[in-house]
Amino acid sequence: MSSFRTSPAVSRKSLPSRLAGRMSRMTWVDIAVAAAVLVLLYMTVRVGQGTTVRFSTSQSAKIDTDPWQLPYYAARSLLRMCVALALSTVFTFVYALAAARSRRLERILIPALDILQSVPVLGFLTVAVAGFVALFPGSMLGLECASVFAIFTSQAWNMAFGFYHSLASLPRELDELSRSFRFTRWMRFWKVELPAGAIGLVWNGMMSFGGGWFFLVASEAISVGNKNFALPGIGSYAGAAIIDGDLGKVGWAILAMTVMVVGVNFFFWRPLTAWIEKFKYEQSEASEIQRSVILDFLRRSHWPHLLGPLLRPLGRGLARAGRIFGIDDRPLTVSPRHRRTGDIAFAVVAGGLILWGLADLLGYLRDRSGLGVFGEPLLLGLATLARVIVVVVGATLVWVPIGVHIGFSPRLTRIAQPLVQVLASFPANFLFPLAVWFFLRTGLSLDVGGVLLMALGAQWYILFNTIAGAMSIPTDLREAMDDLGVRGWQRWRRLILPGIFPSYVTGGITASGGAWNASIVSEIVPFGTTTLTATGLGAYISHATADGNYPRLLAGVAVMSLYVVGLNRLFWRRLHRLAETRYTT
Amino acid sequence: MLLSTLRNLRARRTTAACRPARAADGDVLLTAEAVTKSYAGADGELPVLSGIDLTVRAGEIVALLGKSGSGKSTLLRCLAGLIPPSTGTVTYRGTPLTGANPGTAMVFQTFALLPWLTVQQNVELGLEARGVPADRRSEAALQAIDLIGLDGFETAYPKELSGGMRQRVGFARALVVEPDVLMMDEPFSALDVLTAENLRGELMELWESGQFPTRAIVVVTHNIEEAVLMADRIIVLGSRPGTIRETFDVALDRPRDRDSTGFEDLIDRVYRTMTGRPKETRLPGRTEALESEKRTVGNTPLPQASVDGLSGLAEMVAHRGGACDLADLAEELGLEIDDVLPLVDSLELLGLGKISEDDLVLTERGTAFAGADVQHSKEIFAEGAADLPLVRLIATSLQQNPDRTLRAGFFRDLLAHHYTSEQVDQQLETATDWGRYAELYAYDAGPREYRRVEPD
Repeated sequence: MSSFRTSPAVSRKSLPSRLAGRMSRMTWVDIAVAAAVLVLLYMTVRVGQGTTVRFSTSQSAKIDTDPWQLPYYAARSLLRMCVALALSTVFTFVYALAAARSRRLERILIPALDILQSVPVLGFLTVAVAGFVALFPGSMLGLECASVFAIFTSQAWNMAFGFYHSLASLPRELDELSRSFRFTRWMRFWKVELPAGAIGLVWNGMMSFGGGWFFLVASEAISVGNKNFALPGIGSYAGAAIIDGDLGKVGWAILAMTVMVVGVNFFFWRPLTAWIEKFKYEQSEASEIQRSVILDFLRRSHWPHLLGPLLRPLGRGLARAGRIFGIDDRPLTVSPRHRRTGDIAFAVVAGGLILWGLADLLGYLRDRSGLGVFGEPLLLGLATLARVIVVVVGATLVWVPIGVHIGFSPRLTRIAQPLVQVLASFPANFLFPLAVWFFLRTGLSLDVGGVLLMALGAQWYILFNTIAGAMSIPTDLREAMDDLGVRGWQRWRRLILPGIFPSYVTGGITASGGAWNASIVSEIVPFGTTTLTATGLGAYISHATADGNYPRLLAGVAVMSLYVVGLNRLFWRRLHRLAETRYTT
Repeated sequence: MLLSTLRNLRARRTTAACRPARAADGDVLLTAEAVTKSYAGADGELPVLSGIDLTVRAGEIVALLGKSGSGKSTLLRCLAGLIPPSTGTVTYRGTPLTGANPGTAMVFQTFALLPWLTVQQNVELGLEARGVPADRRSEAALQAIDLIGLDGFETAYPKELSGGMRQRVGFARALVVEPDVLMMDEPFSALDVLTAENLRGELMELWESGQFPTRAIVVVTHNIEEAVLMADRIIVLGSRPGTIRETFDVALDRPRDRDSTGFEDLIDRVYRTMTGRPKETRLPGRTEALESEKRTVGNTPLPQASVDGLSGLAEMVAHRGGACDLADLAEELGLEIDDVLPLVDSLELLGLGKISEDDLVLTERGTAFAGADVQHSKEIFAEGAADLPLVRLIATSLQQNPDRTLRAGFFRDLLAHHYTSEQVDQQLETATDWGRYAELYAYDAGPREYRRVEPD
């Protein structure tokens, strides 16, 4: 320790001397934190090495179903999820900022997000795989990219939309603060907009990450045009175990998956959501405070104080580099003629590009299969629509009463909420083999059973949001109803249903979107040597994928997007508006 | 930077040394010439400000005083270069603005502190934006924190502070960049009375001591006493559109004595200007602005006042013998002009009261209204309300409509010719509230429809 003090570099209260002071007070907490960081780094490097392994399509990747391989596979899967999350975050910043800063881009980017959110991601997986494999011939990297891409597309739109919304609804005084004090553009983003939108971004990221597991599992093992591609990962492990028909190994995979989902929640998202509380702008807003054992642990360690001085120069460097973006100022006067000319030029270019793409697409479809290719999926869509409706209605009837019961009891809520959160992010397609095994034993057709498979993932959103809605009903309203003797159906009609309605609508939208996406994997399920198939748009898309029939695939995906958008516009959005105008206090 | 100025300032008392850029008293800093501002309405532009000419000189405090909706905050933001005027120019030291005004810094009504930064980091923001190195930044910020009485709070986060302390951070943040003109947008109105009084007093002491880092202050307020306490010049803005109704030069000695006759006299004069009608529309020998048959939806906006507030005020005046001095009443109730004026305007419109000199006097009908039971007071209220253009419009349209219902959108479209969409909302809200109370019509919020009420 003394060597620090005698070092010639030390002057005033420099970093090393402070380091020395802190070192002496180093506790086991600090050591544990340091070790954890080191292990994390090592694992990333170790696991990351596997991604560049060469393979040839002829031999296809062999998945070893020895349960001892599971930790390694799980780590590979987790790495993919993290890379996708990082990419989604970067995409979110770029996309949302572009939309918020440019009036012209906003007109295209925001409706585009709305559509992209409704596109069934799984339908495009095969296209992505083919594209990326061609990009990195002979390397595993192409498949990795395709998988990351699939997860990315399930997360990015939602996150970008949320962040755009927080940029657009930045409190007016903060905008004026930034301009009146002549902040640099970088300062506006880094000190004002990012912190102001941080809470929404993290919660959105957490939800999207949870949804991403589903796509991870679906994207690790995939067959395109009679070729089987498999990446080492927990999803492909389960896939291999399913093909072997080995339920014991499937059980191990489910266990590993559970540990991973719970672990990521506990070690990453909980601490992050607790830490992010400090970015709350509304100072009066009282809601439940997020707590995290891990965050408390980190805060008790001395690392934050040690790293602070090291990171500060980095922040200063960033701020200095950020000056090149200029001052956050808007010209007071824009000549209307310039503006109009710009608008017209932009509209012509953008409109032209879109029309050209559309013409090309239609031409392609006509040449390959004729435009009649849309007829069949439109019809099959009705069958899938019926299933989606049954899923939402069924889940509502089952989970709303239970959710209300849980939400009214603080004790039950404490136990149930984290549990439901994990259930919602647990990839339902992981449980399909068990369900299919059950169907095979009972002889249940997948036309009916598919509903159960779709519900497996989608139902939790309804339960989760109902609990939140029930919790938000003020206690004094419940007491007033008790006092007036309002009970039974009248109590439901007058208090409970209106009270949970806004939350329920949010849950319903998510559940219905999830059910559509799930239909692609729920209407056609392999188990051992048998493959169960249901009639529906999901199965149609899956078939088209397996055959490598791109016109049919394109038509199927387009029609499904149409159904999703239509259902949202005609049904959910109306309920949402009703919830906002009539049922919010 | 602040440090150097303070040293300069202290030195100046003996050596008269001073930065060359520093404006001498009387130098013109800000000017507004023929500034108008309007927002898009249904048919063309709806003016918010009109024909504003204004000069701010070094060494003076200018107060912009007006009711809510007089466009005073809009004018401040035009001067700060945050929003462009529709026509006219704003110049800073002779140069027309093309973006945010480089010579001003803003203090916000809602403080606008960044809750994720400490007090010191918040104060340093403006210097950081200018690229001042960290050590000099910190030095200057600590000086400003010291100056404004925030010592010991440097590492606190805004949420740990009381309202008054938060606004001190707002002041320190603006002062540390040493703007030529400090812009204050109702800086004390989010604080309780005592805190506001204390903070205002300290700020004025600082100004009078000559240690103040800025050369002029423009303050927006709706509080007459605040304006008289602080300003060298009070500019009273009229409403719809905001025009300069009158300018008062305040020659009272500092620190100002509330009990001096000059002070009270000025308050009364300003009060009269604010409660009275604009001179142009005042007919000789008449105090009423408009005969009821000349009233239209466009020239007679409904004030934002609740029926309960009206009855409360009427009863209070009745208790005082049917007439009382408005300024005294407001002070007694701890209310500000913004709280009282809409109620007074409403009483006048409904024919329940009128303004004579500085007094609010109840009419015969008003006295009856104040003393009546619920049913009877509803009837009296209905008589007055039925004469109001918007209420009358809704009621007669419903009479003539065979369906007995009309969508609110219909009236919204009519009003859009005269009001901004925010004002339309407020007009319809008041008309709904008053019409419902008077039982002239009913309103269903679900389908947003007005419905005819059949007499019993």
